[in-house]
Amino acid sequence: MNDENKTSKSTLDYLVTKHYKDAIKAKLAGKPVGWLTSIFPQELVETLGLDYVYPENHCCVLGARKESDKFIQIAENIGYSIDVCAYARSNLGYAEVGKADSLTIPMPDFICCCNNICNQVIKWYENLAKNLNIPMIMIDVTYSDEYEINQARIEYIKGQFDYAIGQLEKIAGKKFDYEKFSEIMHISNENSKQWQKAVSLLSHRPSPLNGFDLFNYMALIVCNRGKEHSKEVFSLLEEELKTLITEGKSTFPVEEEGRIMWDGIAVWPYLGFSVKDLIKKGINLTASGYPDAFAILYEDDDLDGMARSYAAIGNSRNIEWQIDMRSKLISNGNCDGAIYHMNRSCKVWDLMQYNIAKGASELTGKPYMIFDGDQADSRCFSTAQYEIRTQGLAEVMETRKERGAK
Amino acid sequence: MMENYKQIIATLEHVAKSPNEQVKAFKARTGNKVVGCFPVYTPEEIVYAAGMLPCGLWGGQTSINEAKAYIPAFTCSIMQSCLEYGLNGTYDEISAVIIPSMCDTLKCIGQNFKIGVPHIKHIQFTHPQMRQIEAGVTFLRAEYIRIKAAIEEIAGREITEADLENAIKVYNAHRAEMRRFVSLAADHTDVITPVIRHAVIKSGYFMEKDKHTALVSALNYALTAMPKSCEETKRVLITGIMVEPNSLLNLFADNNVSIVADDLAQETRQFRNDVPMEGGDALYRMAKWWGEFEGCSLAYDPDKKRIDMILADVVKYQADGVVICMMKFCDPEEYDYPLLKKVLEEKRIPTLYIEIDQQSDLNEQARTRIQGFAEMMNN
Repeated sequence: MNDENKTSKSTLDYLVTKHYKDAIKAKLAGKPVGWLTSIFPQELVETLGLDYVYPENHCCVLGARKESDKFIQIAENIGYSIDVCAYARSNLGYAEVGKADSLTIPMPDFICCCNNICNQVIKWYENLAKNLNIPMIMIDVTYSDEYEINQARIEYIKGQFDYAIGQLEKIAGKKFDYEKFSEIMHISNENSKQWQKAVSLLSHRPSPLNGFDLFNYMALIVCNRGKEHSKEVFSLLEEELKTLITEGKSTFPVEEEGRIMWDGIAVWPYLGFSVKDLIKKGINLTASGYPDAFAILYEDDDLDGMARSYAAIGNSRNIEWQIDMRSKLISNGNCDGAIYHMNRSCKVWDLMQYNIAKGASELTGKPYMIFDGDQADSRCFSTAQYEIRTQGLAEVMETRKERGAK
Repeated sequence: MMENYKQIIATLEHVAKSPNEQVKAFKARTGNKVVGCFPVYTPEEIVYAAGMLPCGLWGGQTSINEAKAYIPAFTCSIMQSCLEYGLNGTYDEISAVIIPSMCDTLKCIGQNFKIGVPHIKHIQFTHPQMRQIEAGVTFLRAEYIRIKAAIEEIAGREITEADLENAIKVYNAHRAEMRRFVSLAADHTDVITPVIRHAVIKSGYFMEKDKHTALVSALNYALTAMPKSCEETKRVLITGIMVEPNSLLNLFADNNVSIVADDLAQETRQFRNDVPMEGGDALYRMAKWWGEFEGCSLAYDPDKKRIDMILADVVKYQADGVVICMMKFCDPEEYDYPLLKKVLEEKRIPTLYIEIDQQSDLNEQARTRIQGFAEMMNN
C-alpha cells in the first residue's frame, strides 16, 4: 500500500481482505484453520500462531451482499427451524457447500466457541463439530444474575483456559508459549483501547462520523483484535475523526438533526435501506453497545482480568447492568433517543428488550422505538414498519427539542 | 391388589392435575414454605433439605395476556406460561423460585420474573457447560452454595450437611424407583397408558419425594405381579422437553400406539443417573451429578451422545418408531433435530415430528399425523 494515500478505510479494506486470503493460503498449505465465535478469547489461538476466521463476520458479508438467503434455505431444507439464529442457519448451510459467490472461507479443522454472546452458539458449533468430525474448544461463560462478575466465575473460566490450551496445543502441534501469550494480551488490549478511543469521538456534537460506518470497522476489531497491524487502522480513524471535528465536518451527509443509540446488530440484508432512511430524517447513530462489546480490556498479564473481561460481555449480565449500560451509552453519546432492533435471530437480546428499553428510557428520559428485523434473514424485516417507526421517533425527538427537553 | 393399584394411579393422576391444592395442603400440614423449581435441572435436594416443598413449574395450558408486555410472541411455550402464571397470581402460594439459566430463554425469563413478580423471591443460577472438567464441578458447587444461602434465608433455618445427605438419599431412592417404573411401564402398556405414564411421573413434581416414592414403589410392586401386556400395539419412544396436554397423549392410545420409553426433559432425563454417594461433600456430589449427566439438548454434547442414547433405547425397548415432540420455539431442541432426523432416517426408524404448544389445545393436525404415523408403522 502507498503510505501517502493511506486512510483508515483503505487500510481496513486491505487488512480484512488479507485476513480472508491468509486463511485460504493457510488451508491450501495444509495448516489447520479454525472457526471462532466473535468474542472467543482469541489470545489463546493467536499465541499458538493458528489461523482462523469468524463465521459471524462471514455471515455479515453474506447478508450485506444478499447471499444469506441461499444458505439459509439449504439449512432449512435439512431440517433447521426458522426459529434458530439466522447466522447459524446461514453458516450451517454454508458448511454443506463450502463456497460462496461473495466470499469463500476455508472449511474448519477445529472450532472455538465462547457463549458469552449467547447459548445458541453452543448448539450451532456442536453441530459443526459432529458433522465435520473436528475438535471443539469450548469456553463456557455462565450467565450472571449478580451485577458484578464473582470470583467463582473467573476461576471457572481460568480452569477452562488451561483445558483449552491443552486442546489447542494438540492442534497446533506445539507448546503454548507464555511469553508470546503476554505479548498477544498486550497487543489485544492496545487494539481495544485504540478502538474505544476512536468510537468515543462519536459523542461530539455534531458527530464526525456516520455512525453506521462503525459496523464496517468492526470487522477488524472482531477478526484481528490480536494482530499488531489493527492498531494502525483505529489510530488513523481517530486522527481522521479529530480532523473532521476541528474542521466542523462529518461523514454524515446531511445536517445532524437527531442522535440515537442503536441497540443490536445491523439488519445486514437491509443495511443500505435502514441507514438511508435515517439519513433522510437527519438521524445519526452516535452510540451503540454492539461495537463497544468488542473492546475487551484488562491489564497486561492479568489472567483474572482477562477472564473477567470475557465474562463481562453485556449479553451475559443481569438486567440491571444492561439497563445501566444502555443509559450510559445514551448519555455519553448525547443521544436524543434510542432505536432497538428486535432481532428475530437473537433471543438473548429480544427476550429482555421490552424491560431494558423501558428501564433505560426511564433513567435517561429519552424516547425509544422498537422495530422487528433480523441480522441475516431478509424475510423478517418490513421496510414500511421501519419507516413508520423511525418517523414516529423522529417526531417525538423533534417535539421534545422544541419544548427544550434535555 | 388390583383395587389398590387403581387407587394409587387415581391418586397420582389427581396430584398431577392439582398442583395448587397440593401446595396448599403441604403448607397447612407442615407449616413450611414452598419453592418453585423452574425447568430443567434444579437442585431440589437443597429445598427438600430445608424441610420445604420443591414444586416443579413446567408451565401449563393458559392464555398469555400479561406476559405479552415482557416477552415477544416467539418465546418458548413453557416459559410464556410460567411467566404468565407468575404475573397473574397463580404462583402466589410459592415463596421463591429457582431458575436455572440453561438457555437464552431461561436467562431472560429469570430476569423478567425478577422484575415482574417482585413478591416471589427470585433465585437464578447457571449450570456450567464444561461440566466434565474439575473447574466446572467446582463452579457449580459454588452456585449451589449461593442457592443454599438463599434457601436458608427463606426457611429461616440452617441446612446442615446431614440434611443434604438425607435429601440426596431420598432423591436417589426416588430416581431408582422412577427408573423401575418406566421399565415396568414398557411391559404393561395395557395398564400404563400414555396419560397414566405421564401422570405418575408428573405427580412427583408436586409431592414430597419420599411420599411419591412410596406410592410409585407400591404401584411397581403391583405391576411386577401382573402378566406382561399382550396387546397388539405399536411401540414408540418419545423425545423432547415434555408432552402435554392429555388430549394429545390420548391420541397415541386412540391409535393403538404405546409409549414404551421417553427421552423427555420432564421425565426420564430427570432420573437417568444418581447423585454419587461418595467423593466430596453433598453439594460437590450434587454438582458431580451434572458432571456425569448426558443426553440432553441443554447439556454440552459435541459428540451428540443423545442420539446414540436414543438409538440404544429404541433397541432396548423394541420401539417401532420415534416421535419427536418439539416444544414450540425451543431452540436447543431445534438444533438437535436435523442431526437426529438424519440418523433415524439412515437407520430406517419410522419418525414423526409433532409440535408441542402449551398455549393451544389439541390441534386436528396432530390427530391426523399420529393416525398416519400409526398406519405407517403397521405397513
